[in-house]
Amino acid sequence: MRGKPLVAVVSAGISKFGRMDAYTGRDLFLEAVDETFNRCPNLDPKMDIDAVFVGMMSEAFEHQGHVAPMLSHSAGLLSAPAIRTEVACASSAAALRLGIFSILSGMYDVVLVGGVEKMTKRTTPEATEFLGMAADFPFEQWTGVTFPGLYALMAMAHMHKYGTSEEQMGLVAVKNHHNGALNPKAHLQREVTLDKVLSSRMIAYPLKLYDCSLISDGASCAIITRPDIARKFTDTPVYIIGSGHGSDALGLFERDDLTSLMATRRAAKEAYEMAGIEPKDVDVAEVHDCFTIAEIMAYEDLGFCKPGEGGRFIEDGTPMLDGELPVNTSGGLKAKGHPVGATGIAQIYEIFLQLTGQADKRQVDGCRIGLAHNVGGSGASCFVHILRGEM
Amino acid sequence: MAEAQPFTIEQWYNFLSEGKLMAVRCRNCGAKYLPPKPVCTNCYSRRLEWISLKPTGRLITYTIIHVAPERFQQFVPYAYGIVEFEDGLRLPGMIRDIDHGEIQIGMELELSFEPAVEDWPKWPRYYFRPVKH
Repeated sequence: MRGKPLVAVVSAGISKFGRMDAYTGRDLFLEAVDETFNRCPNLDPKMDIDAVFVGMMSEAFEHQGHVAPMLSHSAGLLSAPAIRTEVACASSAAALRLGIFSILSGMYDVVLVGGVEKMTKRTTPEATEFLGMAADFPFEQWTGVTFPGLYALMAMAHMHKYGTSEEQMGLVAVKNHHNGALNPKAHLQREVTLDKVLSSRMIAYPLKLYDCSLISDGASCAIITRPDIARKFTDTPVYIIGSGHGSDALGLFERDDLTSLMATRRAAKEAYEMAGIEPKDVDVAEVHDCFTIAEIMAYEDLGFCKPGEGGRFIEDGTPMLDGELPVNTSGGLKAKGHPVGATGIAQIYEIFLQLTGQADKRQVDGCRIGLAHNVGGSGASCFVHILRGEM
Repeated sequence: MAEAQPFTIEQWYNFLSEGKLMAVRCRNCGAKYLPPKPVCTNCYSRRLEWISLKPTGRLITYTIIHVAPERFQQFVPYAYGIVEFEDGLRLPGMIRDIDHGEIQIGMELELSFEPAVEDWPKWPRYYFRPVKH
């Protein structure tokens, strides 16, 4: 199976990310679906789509459960059966992976995958609590941890073991804001200086406001098909050639290593082996920068650099837009925004744009292999997908 | 008589209410569990026993939390860390009764707790504090 296309991505779309006061989750989802359909005029939504897999993390934000049929219906796809997937912030990468399974099984030919989260109507303490529900209840939530707190515990362990600095973490924010400023769909489209990052208010020491991703509204969508029928829908399909998934203990305190995510290492190993590539073959990557330390750990866990060298990796400029391996060209969760359920497929959208030469001001020249890395919670779930373009 | 108690998180918190830090040990393979569980998931034996742990351990990482959910707002900013007890068993929790500037990775902390006050779950809230010598 090495390097063989699992499925083709023939179109993708996302809503505007940000504070979208006038939009409910279903409205956002339809915005993402509409861009996806507009990019793919050969697709007949009513006839061609066999099923819908959609990721969403929490019913609490909109007090809305049973969202899969509601979203499918809202998108005008009443006849397509729909299932929701939930693995915290990796919910829509899970939807993609189930979509891939459904096509590989031979059951379906064309599947719509997507994700949505409508978060900004809630206060910050409310959103902090709802997101916190993805942490272990009896020992982590009960004793007062928060998600920034969990990543801060990893950041402190990383700093203690490897000497990683707050400045190095801050450079991740500076880079991702630079990229986000070039992305018209991003929540925050403005540059920040390292001084501004380092002097922003403390959230969970050593993580400051600008080390944290954004609470955003947004939705994402992609159409995946059997590889052999992809050209019926587009002249420029992108192929998914690797899909990896790893799980770990829910509680951070139950994991041996606090400076690395085993779920990422497992997912990456599976995806690289399936794709028949090595980390050095990746031309562009979207990684899960829910906090700046998470991006530094991702460099290491995905094999872009050695364990402990993630801080130097960003200092050296390798992951910059004009660097050797641009990371988070979209602005990442940090600047594009992090509507949690939408994030996994929003990463696929960015890689789809890059590999089809449609990323405009953030286009990475000559990229052929792209990687998307989506983490759930504090790292109990991780998905890695590897995509190949035809350029 | 500890063996007569179910090997569950509810029972763990019952012990905590009595001032005891407990863990579960498998009498078949020797694996130890904190949090407890009613079946050994190393060998799937049900021959378990409660063991008591010394309630002092070493801080392996920490943070200072400034933005918290409603229920913890009254405490912000508060220190929070992961403490490792004997045999590598760990718990996360708040660190109290200490100047934040004095917290260091590697320092010794002891477990303490406050009685349950909420309707659900009826669990005491434990936290860590400096060891009183």
